[in-house]
Amino acid sequence: MNKYLLVVLVSVLALPVFAQDDLMKMLEDETKKEKHTDLATATFKTTRLINGHSIENVAAGVLDFKIQHRLGFVNTGIKEFFGLDQATIRLGLDYGITDRLMIGLGRSSFQKQLDAFYKFKILRQSTGTRNMPISLSAVSSIILRTDPWADATRNNYFTSRLYYAHQLLIARKFSESFSLQLMPTMVHHNLVPGANDPNDLYAIGVGGRIKLSKRVSFNGEYYYQLPGYRFANSKNSVALGFDIETGGHVFQLHLTNSTGMTEKTYINETTGDFFKGDIHFGFNISRVFTIKDPRKKKTGK
Amino acid sequence: MLVGFTTLVITSQAQNIYITKTGQVAFYSKTPLENIDGVNNEVSSILNTSTGELVFTLLVKSFHFERALLEEHFNENYMESSKIPKSTFKGKITNLTAVNFAKDGAYSTTVDGDLTIHGVTQKVTAPGTITVKAGKITAVSSFKIKIKDYGIKIPTLVADKIAEVVEIKVNCVYEPKK
Repeated sequence: MNKYLLVVLVSVLALPVFAQDDLMKMLEDETKKEKHTDLATATFKTTRLINGHSIENVAAGVLDFKIQHRLGFVNTGIKEFFGLDQATIRLGLDYGITDRLMIGLGRSSFQKQLDAFYKFKILRQSTGTRNMPISLSAVSSIILRTDPWADATRNNYFTSRLYYAHQLLIARKFSESFSLQLMPTMVHHNLVPGANDPNDLYAIGVGGRIKLSKRVSFNGEYYYQLPGYRFANSKNSVALGFDIETGGHVFQLHLTNSTGMTEKTYINETTGDFFKGDIHFGFNISRVFTIKDPRKKKTGK
Repeated sequence: MLVGFTTLVITSQAQNIYITKTGQVAFYSKTPLENIDGVNNEVSSILNTSTGELVFTLLVKSFHFERALLEEHFNENYMESSKIPKSTFKGKITNLTAVNFAKDGAYSTTVDGDLTIHGVTQKVTAPGTITVKAGKITAVSSFKIKIKDYGIKIPTLVADKIAEVVEIKVNCVYEPKK
């Protein structure tokens, strides 16, 4: 009987100490019951790794104005002011239709190209109720050359101006500071330089970033062209650079041997040898504008 | 006897424990250059009406903003929400006798407690109103905190756009915990 009395006594004594900590524990137990999936965010700072796409999309209702610039080769020397006298530029507008789907348009000075693309998030890296180790996106673009024909005397077809690129982006944010991405790519050229050149060109890209601080990251990007599925005199595209974020802007400063900024140009038609100084200094500037307030949509449901 | 006593304790607890999982916490940063606000509609809170104890927990990532980029920066640069996912509050109504939870009406209250944001805990005192109506309890409060007090660094580049003191507004509708 004494034993029972002791238990009761202890219970009674313990009751008034039903403190905030216990209440907090009760609350935490309650919230644990809720289903919650935590999506990996900001795997990269912006929608471009350097030349090519990153796994990031612009959010639904957000318009991103992109200015991409590549100066001339650094090794052209003082005569060309180390490349500053020449520049190629791409102006682009990207828009998020949903949080998974974005579209974009661009105009490049190089070959007077017009391009259009979509990027769709198939899988999103997440933890919690739904666990997904990687993010997976598909990107397809169509590129139109509008410069004069190389040989105007030949019977030229409009379709010869068109190029198609398809990419899968497989990415994982390993930690706050380290993200890695693989980009298997196929580019179709309707018109190729030589009779023996393939029309379907394959490459595998690899890219990543290391965050140096909250607002600065170091990025690298490399496209390996598969033997037999590349143009004879092309070089693999190499790019190294920094992302610097300042509020509404992201500045990307980089060094690359690629001149153009569309897939067919930088992946298949890079001619510069990075290690012999055929390097362009380049920058991308991204400025986002919110067209639709995302919360309005959420409260509306 | 022990079983009977425990049951009694549990039932009496259940009657004075009120809970919400859809409480709202919003913050407002006002500067001449830019007004920023973030709203979290998934706040969990428990109120013990017999002791006046009050606890809150929320996921920082559930704050939503007018612009997607603000949300990203809030999580990535300021709150570091991957590292520190939660903010919490543990407190107590100091003038519990002024509130009659059995009678419909609006009661002015003050809550004292520990607010933990960005892993840093500070004492806060918040004035508020408790409204009892048809078995539901609504708690509304508004108070101000200094961002600096919670170890959140604002770079000089954007210092003009983010207020040093932000206003926090709380609005929770509690129901009896089943």
